[in-house]
This record gives sequence, C-alpha cells and structure tokens, in this order.
Amino acid sequence: MDELEKMLLMQIADLHKVPDGAYNIRKNGEADGRRSTPHIRIESRKDKKAGIDIFVSGETKGESVHIPVVITETDYKEQVYNDFYIEDGADVLIIAGCGIHNCGQATSEHSGIHTFHVGKNAKVKYVEKHYASGDGNGENVMNPTTDIRMEENSRLEMETTQIKGVDSTVRTTRGVLAAGAELVIREKIYTHGKQFAKTDFSVELNGDGAGADVVSRSVAADSSRQEFYLRIDGNGKCHGHSECDAIIMDEANVVAIPALAANNVDAELIHEAAIGKIAGEQLLKLMTLGLTEQEAEEQIIKGFLS
Amino acid sequence: MLEVQHISFVAADGDTDKEILDDVSFCVDEPFVAITGPNGSGKSTLAKIIAGILTPSGGKILLDGEDITGLSVTERARRGISYAFQQPVRFKGLTVKDLVSLAAGKRLTVSEVCSYLSEVGLCARDYIDREVNASLSGGELKRIEIATVLAREKSLTVFDEPEAGIDLWSFQSLITVFEKMHERTQGNILIISHQERILNIADRIIVIANGKVQKNGSREEILPGLLASRACPALAK
Repeated sequence: MDELEKMLLMQIADLHKVPDGAYNIRKNGEADGRRSTPHIRIESRKDKKAGIDIFVSGETKGESVHIPVVITETDYKEQVYNDFYIEDGADVLIIAGCGIHNCGQATSEHSGIHTFHVGKNAKVKYVEKHYASGDGNGENVMNPTTDIRMEENSRLEMETTQIKGVDSTVRTTRGVLAAGAELVIREKIYTHGKQFAKTDFSVELNGDGAGADVVSRSVAADSSRQEFYLRIDGNGKCHGHSECDAIIMDEANVVAIPALAANNVDAELIHEAAIGKIAGEQLLKLMTLGLTEQEAEEQIIKGFLS
Repeated sequence: MLEVQHISFVAADGDTDKEILDDVSFCVDEPFVAITGPNGSGKSTLAKIIAGILTPSGGKILLDGEDITGLSVTERARRGISYAFQQPVRFKGLTVKDLVSLAAGKRLTVSEVCSYLSEVGLCARDYIDREVNASLSGGELKRIEIATVLAREKSLTVFDEPEAGIDLWSFQSLITVFEKMHERTQGNILIISHQERILNIADRIIVIANGKVQKNGSREEILPGLLASRACPALAK
C-alpha cells in the first residue's frame, strides 16, 4: 500500500495499519485484503454484482468491521453492493467510507449501495466518511445509498460525514422500522466551490414504539448547493424527529424540504429546519476574545460540524 | 488606563438623527469604576464604543496613552480590552470548554477550565462539555460569559450589567469575582450597573443621563446622593 492510499485510509477510517477484527479493503475495484473472524464472516457476493456480503452472528459483542474503499485512478467508475446481515442480538461497529484521490482530468465515481438487515434486539453503529482530494480537474463523485431494514427492538446509529472534496453527491437513505426499533442518523456536510450535495432520507415507522431521530448539520460555502429531503412516515404509535440545520455563506444555496406523514393518530412527528448565515453577534463575541473575523468564522464552523 | 475623550454618538432614528451620546469624557484609572444612569441614557452604547463594536461619531478613546479609536474589535481585544456582553451569545456546537479556551487564547486543561467555572459558581463537571446553546438557561449563559472574560486576564475589562440574570447566584459571589480578577490582572474594571451593592465597591462612580456625564466622582461623593433620592432614575430599576 503506498503513501497516498494510506492517507486516504486514515481520512475515511482513521486507519494507520491493518485493522483489528474483520475487514475488507477495496482498492480501484480489486480486493486489497480481507479477514473474517469467528463471529463476522465476509464473502464475495453470489450474484454477478461487485461487492460483499457481511454476516454478523448473534454472538458478536462489541466487535468491529472495517470496509473502506479507496480509489486513486482517474476515469474510474464503479457501483458496489454490500449487504449486511446482522443476526438477532448482535452488537457491532461498522466503519465504512470512501476515499478518492483523482489527479487526472476525468471523473472518478463510487456508488456504494449498502443494505442492512438488522435482526431483533441487535445494536449497530455505522460510521461512514467520504473524502476526496486530487490536483487534477477530474471530478470526484460519490453516491452512497443506504437501505436499512430493522426488526423489533433493534437499534442502528448512523454517522455520516462528508467534509469538502466531493464534487457531487446524492446521498439516499431509506429506513423501514418494526415495532420498538430505533434509528438515529447524524449527518454532517461541508460543501465549497461549485460542489453539489443532495440528501434524501426517508424513514417508515411501522410499529408501535418505533422511533427515528435524524439530524443533518451542514455548511454551504462559495457557490456550492445543497438540497435536503427528509421524510418520516409514522404508521403506528411511534415518534419521529428530523432536523436540518444549515449555515449558508457567500453565494451558496440551500434548499430544505421536510415531509412528515402521520398515518396513525398516535404518531408523534416533529421537524425543525433552520438555514441562515453565521450570526453577527457570534462573530463579534469571538472577536472580543481576540480572534479575527476569519478565525471566528472557522471556529464557529468547526464547532457546528464537530 | 482608559481615557474617553469627547465621545459622541448619533444614531439614525427613522428620517432623523438621534443623539445618544454627547461629548462624554472620563478616565478609568482606578481598580473599579462604575457607570450608572437611567435606562436609555447611552451606557451600553458607550461600552460598545469602548470595545470597538460601535464607531463613535466624534471623539477619541485612548488605552494606556495609545489612540485606539480607529482599531477593530480584534485589535482592541489583543491590546488588552475584555468585554462581557449584557446578552450572552449562544453557539451551536461550541462547548463551554471550547469557548473558555478561545478566551484564554490557548488550549486549556480540564482543570484550568474547571477553576474558571468554579469561580462563577458553576459545577464544572456538569458544564465543561456542554454546548453553549439554547439548552442553557439565561443565568448559566451569563456566568459562562463572565468566565470567558475571567480567562482572558486582560488589563481592562468592561462589564455591561453583569448582574442581569444572575438571580440564583449571590451578588457577593459576583463581587468576589471582580476582586479576584483585579488581584490577578492589577488592571481596571469598568462596570455598567444599576445595583447598589455593585456601586458600593466602586472607587469611582460616573452618572450618565440623556447621553451626558451628569456626575463623576469618588463613591463617597456620588453614592449618598444617588441613595438619598428614591426617585433617582439611576436606582429606580
């Protein structure tokens, strides 16, 4: 593995070396290392599609799986399907992410389609980071799709982060929750230049006691554009909360379109959305502490996205 | 030492101009100087002019002999002016530890942040990682605001109505904060206040009404007169 690939791995998965536990590293479309463990089995897909199946047994307690994707070639496009089968009662941390370094003139693109089958009472923490760099004019495109199916009383917490670098992204997440299941999503996005990011979340709460808490915080700088579509359907005695909080700067443009559908009299659904520039008094307060206006702005953004 | 020389401030009020401050001059050369006066007399405007947040229509501000009238908020802060906001600012994402560290100008250890928070009567463990956002009450925010100016340890600190919103905390604690701050910095503290107990520790009291300095003298000279008249607008609040 060369220095560039190591750097990308560090950015997306905080990996300095081969990780402990189960892992699968995908590099420019090829497998670059894989390890299964007694509780977590990683296999190539049985169909012809690119990608892997990950089987997490119910015996798994506090183990992790790393499945980073690294692309260093220009004009490389791929669509990868990863399916996670989490057995009843498992407790697992999954760290995914995609790093693209595109030095060329052509577009590099990664579309990852992740499907989660989360068994009863299972607990999953899913961390996903997207990072791109490169000194060419080639665009970096990532379109992650996450399809989550949760059985009774399971819990999935998803942290998804995309800070700069990615020129175009459509992030689609679908959740279907049975009774007592809980889905927590925290999204952080920073776009700059002429980047475009679209977030499309929709969650169906299909059983009593199901709950979803979806919070997106974003900063749109320069002439970048962001769109947010957040939809929660409450089909039982459930609770759903979605929040979209964006800081807009320069010539950027942010559109937030929330939707709540209550199909049961006991569904409790809330949406909050706020888009605005950094408050002048926040800048002033930090300037009275000795920061320049630019330093103040950086600190406010850093805090907002941390 | 802070010198305020012939400061005036005119604000647009619809189509007409309104004079908020008119030829205000005084010196802050003692440890505690209090400015008092009725609401709307221009006290907060004056504090903002000293901090550089507002630009005066005329006059000069000198800090230790240097004319700082043309300097920005940041430059004044770096030269040694601290300013505690009357209405503390909320930040989504920034934690109490972040804010106090930014105030100190360096990454503080947990125990350093704790000691500043303890001084303003907050149980540090409960607050250090909390965001300075709407989940904190007005009183908590106010004390964190005071902790940020404590952490700066600068030569001139301006408090704009520090007593507002600290009802659950005693005035005596606030006064102890001022005294400790002076002990550490040996600087000057300028406090805008209506509170008799705060005026009671001032070495000098300046009364501002209708945008002008009405009285300027030692506490012994000014305070009895203020207290004598219950009708005195300065203490009527």
